[in-house]
Amino acid sequence: MKLVTYATISALAVAGVAFAGAAEARDQIRIVGSSTVYPFTTAVAEQFGKSAGVKTPVVESTGTGGGMKLFCAGVGETHPDATNASRRMKKGEFETCQKNGVKDIVEVTVGYDGISVAQSKAGTPLKLTLGQLYLAIAKEVPGADGKLVANPNKNWSDIDKSLPNVKIEVLGPPPTSGTRDALHELLLEHGAAQIPALAALKKSDAKAFEKAWKSLREDGAYIEAGENDNVIVQKLVANKDAFGIFGFSFLEENSAQLRGVALNGVDPTYDNIAAGKYPGSRLLYVYLKKQHVGVVPGLDKFAAEYVSQKAIGEDGYLAKKGLVTLPKKMADDVRKAVLGLAPMTGDPLTN
Amino acid sequence: MRARYRAERRFQLYGLVAIGLTGIFLVIVLADVLFKGLPAFTQHQFVFGVKVDAAEIDPNNTRKPDEIRAGDFQALVRNTLRGIFPEASDRAARRRLDGLLSSGAGDALRDRVVADPSLIGQTVRVSVLTSADADLYFKGLGTEITRRAGRGTATPSDTSGSIEIASTVTDFASDGTLTDAEPSQLVAINGGVVKLTEIRGNRAAGEVLLPLSSAAAAAPGSWQVVTYVTPESNRRVGDREVVWLERLKEMGAVRSTFNWRFFTAGDSREPELAGIRGALVGSALTLFVTLVICLPLGVAAAIYLEEFAVKNRVTELIEVNINNLAAVPSIVFGLLGLAVFLNFFGLPRSAPLVGGLVLALLVLPTIIIAARAALKAVPPSIKEAALGVGASHQQAVFHHVLPLAVPGILTGTIIGMAHALGETAPLLMIGMVAFIVEVPHGVTDAGTVLPVQIYLWSDLPEIAFQAKTAAAIIVLLVFLFVMNGIAIYLRRRFERRW
Repeated sequence: MKLVTYATISALAVAGVAFAGAAEARDQIRIVGSSTVYPFTTAVAEQFGKSAGVKTPVVESTGTGGGMKLFCAGVGETHPDATNASRRMKKGEFETCQKNGVKDIVEVTVGYDGISVAQSKAGTPLKLTLGQLYLAIAKEVPGADGKLVANPNKNWSDIDKSLPNVKIEVLGPPPTSGTRDALHELLLEHGAAQIPALAALKKSDAKAFEKAWKSLREDGAYIEAGENDNVIVQKLVANKDAFGIFGFSFLEENSAQLRGVALNGVDPTYDNIAAGKYPGSRLLYVYLKKQHVGVVPGLDKFAAEYVSQKAIGEDGYLAKKGLVTLPKKMADDVRKAVLGLAPMTGDPLTN
Repeated sequence: MRARYRAERRFQLYGLVAIGLTGIFLVIVLADVLFKGLPAFTQHQFVFGVKVDAAEIDPNNTRKPDEIRAGDFQALVRNTLRGIFPEASDRAARRRLDGLLSSGAGDALRDRVVADPSLIGQTVRVSVLTSADADLYFKGLGTEITRRAGRGTATPSDTSGSIEIASTVTDFASDGTLTDAEPSQLVAINGGVVKLTEIRGNRAAGEVLLPLSSAAAAAPGSWQVVTYVTPESNRRVGDREVVWLERLKEMGAVRSTFNWRFFTAGDSREPELAGIRGALVGSALTLFVTLVICLPLGVAAAIYLEEFAVKNRVTELIEVNINNLAAVPSIVFGLLGLAVFLNFFGLPRSAPLVGGLVLALLVLPTIIIAARAALKAVPPSIKEAALGVGASHQQAVFHHVLPLAVPGILTGTIIGMAHALGETAPLLMIGMVAFIVEVPHGVTDAGTVLPVQIYLWSDLPEIAFQAKTAAAIIVLLVFLFVMNGIAIYLRRRFERRW
């Protein structure tokens, strides 16, 4: 009996502490958002925590969309101060933010990420055009009469005689991943446009064209390998004929075992991505709530750390973590805007 | 008759095959985790005599701990390493040399000097963390090295820069230009190391990586042709780094120690600095909250349902629901936690308190079911005897039935806790899947738990995190084994048969 009484009392006590704790002011920066930007923001957070004399920010990995939802939900201690995004904020998200009182948002352009196609070093080197990549993994491709048919290509040589006679096997991200969006928008949309029959379709029926580049085949040639890019890396090492699609930082880290596949004749290298030549590169962003500056200690200093030369500079620690840094002029502009905490207007945003 | 025996034998065979397959899978998984994870429990360190220069760490000569703490200890260690390899003088070479050190290399020295300011001005022998790449190199992820003594007399043209080495016999492998896609060939001569770039018969041109003591001719056998078997483009550490690391090893400045840091540090983005202390404490706090809530609630509910409740439609409905709840996917509890604890009650995100509450909801049905089974297993004669000598119903239950059921209840609770220890899905929704450096001090501080830490590490690009991931899995498995072991021990120790 006593045991039960004590236990009940302690349970109530814990609950009491909880509610008291919730009412306390928050002294720690909270960041949510993209798992692609997570490795970079955490590195900045750690450096910031070591030097700034405040608590190290907490960085959650929720995905870009989930992060935007949390970020735009409102202003105040229960809402995060910043969100990571592997794409630009959408117009609809900006409007939600405005509606919920998140008026002043500072946009930090962090750098580039390249989504790269890679293979084991033991395999035959391959060069692809985006059109060939489309023909390899899209669900429907134009048949002999130009109408869309289910993708009949079994081997790479079915697409083009110059490609090796090896079974098509591509490991890539699942639909929940931000990398998957980039695969469709950066590679397959442009790849589809390279194919004459589809380019004609784009003019006549834009909806059907969009459906074509937004669907991947489900007959085993494209394999969804989960959110974890390391899994793809391991599978590529084990299978020399397979190809993988994942973030550039994973290719760079595993360059001892993997080789990047040139797309449209451009190799996935740091220089090519930074110069914007590589077709699979995209910008990464962090969004900050200006209204939280001064309320949550250190938020402005955190922003300053993120855009500092030692972080996003060419020799900065983020470059070591696999970030492809911005060209100098662009980095200077970003730094100026962020240090001045200039809020974004929402004009050039798209849906 | 024969057919029946055959059927029985066949069934036994199926059973054996099933057990065998399960066993094989288990062994494969465990072996894989152990193989990958064990290297992470050791860590390589450089042991240097570092001169603690007052100008770098205490320029104002205050000798105050706060002032010293802000000093640049990393620079002290860096300068020591540069002192060992003075030839790395240009920016690129220095950066590569600095890359051998962890970004936390100065931490141990800082702690010692802050504790004992009298060390300032002296030379202190300290252990310095290596970078993850250097650590992996020493753990065998570098290259195989073969050495062959030179057969002729070799004469280098100079002691540094681009030089040529002439031997009296053909000592070098095939003619031509060497690329980084084939094994690297180097020559160790006169105390220095030369990386060959081009071979023409008896002559070889190359870059000096470690300066030679003299350009004198070296007698046969006194110099070596060294081959790094793995081509430079296929490994993480370049030839230059390999030469430095090998030299440091020869000097006895490399030491392998048990990786205490793994258990004492919080999370970090640098693999060599990352530890699981934060996740362990987070797990402990979360489980504490879970236990405090679901043990009394679960046991009380079980006692009421088993001993006091009237059997009618309502209690039957409750029973069915409890059994169903035990089978609900855990992510649903996470969504519930998000809606109720975070959005309605306004509890802090990422807090072990909320994690504990959600996990309590998750394991409550398990505990109720286990506790009811334990109560039911107590023979009714005991209760009846108590009632017979005049005890009230409540006295009979609390004085006689419950004590006998405790071992069973505890076993069920521990197994429920072990289940809670391994959960990640419900914690995703309430913000515990997060990068958290600070070790939480209370249930409302931001915290994460062991399985989440494993999940987060497994997703990072750095190769060294793969070993960390496996090592964290080993720790988690050890905890699960211990908890299940305690459950089995309790059952054996206190079990009574009637």
